[in-house]
Amino acid sequence: MIKNISNLGDAALYCDFGNDVDQKTNIKVIKYFENINKKNIDGITNLTPSYNKLIISFDLNVVNFTELKKKIEDIEISESYIRQDQKIIKIPTCCDDEFALDIERLSLKLNLTKKEILENYLNKEYFCYMTGFIAGMPFLGDIDKKIRLERLETPRVKVPKGAVGITEQFTNIYTFESPGGWNILGITPIKIFDQKNEKQPILINPGDRVLFYEINKKEYIKLNEKE
Amino acid sequence: MKKNKILVLREGINSTFQDLGRNNFYHIGLPFSGAMDKRNYLIANKLVGNKHNEAVIEFAYQGPLIKIEDGNINFAISGDIKFNIKKNGKLMTGDCYKNYNLSKNDEVDIISTNNSVYGYFAVSGGFDLKKNFESFSTYVRSNVGANNGKKIQKDEKFFINDFKDMHTNKSLKYMNSKIEYIRILKGTNFDYFFEQSITELTSKEFLVTKLSDRMGMRLEGPKIKNLKETNIRSEGLIKGVIQVPADGNPIIMLSDHGTIGGYPKIGAVISADYDRLVQTPPGKKIKFELIELKEAEKLYKLYQMETENLLSQI
Repeated sequence: MIKNISNLGDAALYCDFGNDVDQKTNIKVIKYFENINKKNIDGITNLTPSYNKLIISFDLNVVNFTELKKKIEDIEISESYIRQDQKIIKIPTCCDDEFALDIERLSLKLNLTKKEILENYLNKEYFCYMTGFIAGMPFLGDIDKKIRLERLETPRVKVPKGAVGITEQFTNIYTFESPGGWNILGITPIKIFDQKNEKQPILINPGDRVLFYEINKKEYIKLNEKE
Repeated sequence: MKKNKILVLREGINSTFQDLGRNNFYHIGLPFSGAMDKRNYLIANKLVGNKHNEAVIEFAYQGPLIKIEDGNINFAISGDIKFNIKKNGKLMTGDCYKNYNLSKNDEVDIISTNNSVYGYFAVSGGFDLKKNFESFSTYVRSNVGANNGKKIQKDEKFFINDFKDMHTNKSLKYMNSKIEYIRILKGTNFDYFFEQSITELTSKEFLVTKLSDRMGMRLEGPKIKNLKETNIRSEGLIKGVIQVPADGNPIIMLSDHGTIGGYPKIGAVISADYDRLVQTPPGKKIKFELIELKEAEKLYKLYQMETENLLSQI
């Protein structure tokens, strides 16, 4: 199922599953990730699944590229998911103008009213392709074709923690204050990454489904204090 | 209650607790982290008789000013560092790669790094800290690691684990090798770039800019021109990867890098040259040499042998 395995540097395998970005391809990546993770192969230090690639980092003191490539090529992948608790996570989001930093830009570029944009975006289930960049950040999709827009030309130096953004076919949540270029249309008070909960630090895992629903500012402030 | 305690009178720049880093959390967005210059980190711990993965204080450019508030400590500093010691009220210049005993009210003033970036302050017994995600390493961006995932601040106090008094002196004769060139392997998007740009990447000098930290090193030089696509679908990253965004200025991913990125990868720095790379300060220039995987693997074995050889001399 892996189309090609090449080296990334001298201590990582770059497993290519093609160029398609869709759930079918991504589920293949997730299955490889789960299976390899479970097998505890000697020397593997990190696994990074993404839309259609899987990067396998290894300890050069234990194994090298050629040896590990052979092992991965020969690996048996079970048909079903290992993790069986995929869930639907509902994310309260406040889309008041003060938090919807790019709603004007979206409205102008997409030729839609603010209301139309939110109607197209909210209360729909999105699939989680991967998590990362910063701790726990989920890459979700696919959003309606009508509201797809490229990134900001100049990324923000600081996107606030909890900001909900869209770009192209994807949507995400900034789990920490961070630089970033996604179009921000709201904010959530929910903690997505909890460093104190080492067993279950991230709320949203690849394969999960996420739905955003609107709350008002009062509810946002109240929930924010609770978190 | 632990007896030995230090007080931070000045925090220095980017002073954090680091160990060998954390494995197996890339998929939730936590990078490897850990000491940037692994060799100097290992040497510092060995000089004070610690096990190899004990937490130390890593600092950049300027280190902390530390006062012994209670008890005593045995410490060593590694890197290319200028520092002073105030012992029984008497000021003296300190030497790297050597251990020192200090008592209550004595001070260590880590003034600056010489022509390098990182230095390490290790104490016998190690600091009394809590691990987070299986490591002490501080990853400031997501507040993960020792000290609540935060940089070391002025006026903070830290306890030091009990240790056997070390009256023996340990030292090492070691010169940090200065950079000549950094060896790289082809990246997964090598063919996205103009041939002329590839030639320039491997023949011209690149300036290390001030926009460099534990996350990444931004370079300036001849613009690397992309002939295919300036963005790729976001995918995993590893430390040492050289990404080239649309502006043509390469960025090298370092230990605290974002785990996912969407810029084409023109190359990756070999593991054997990583310690030397991260020690190149802003304002200095580096040159790249393109080599093959087999050679990189050999060079890593050599690097590893050298490191073990150095550690065995302590």
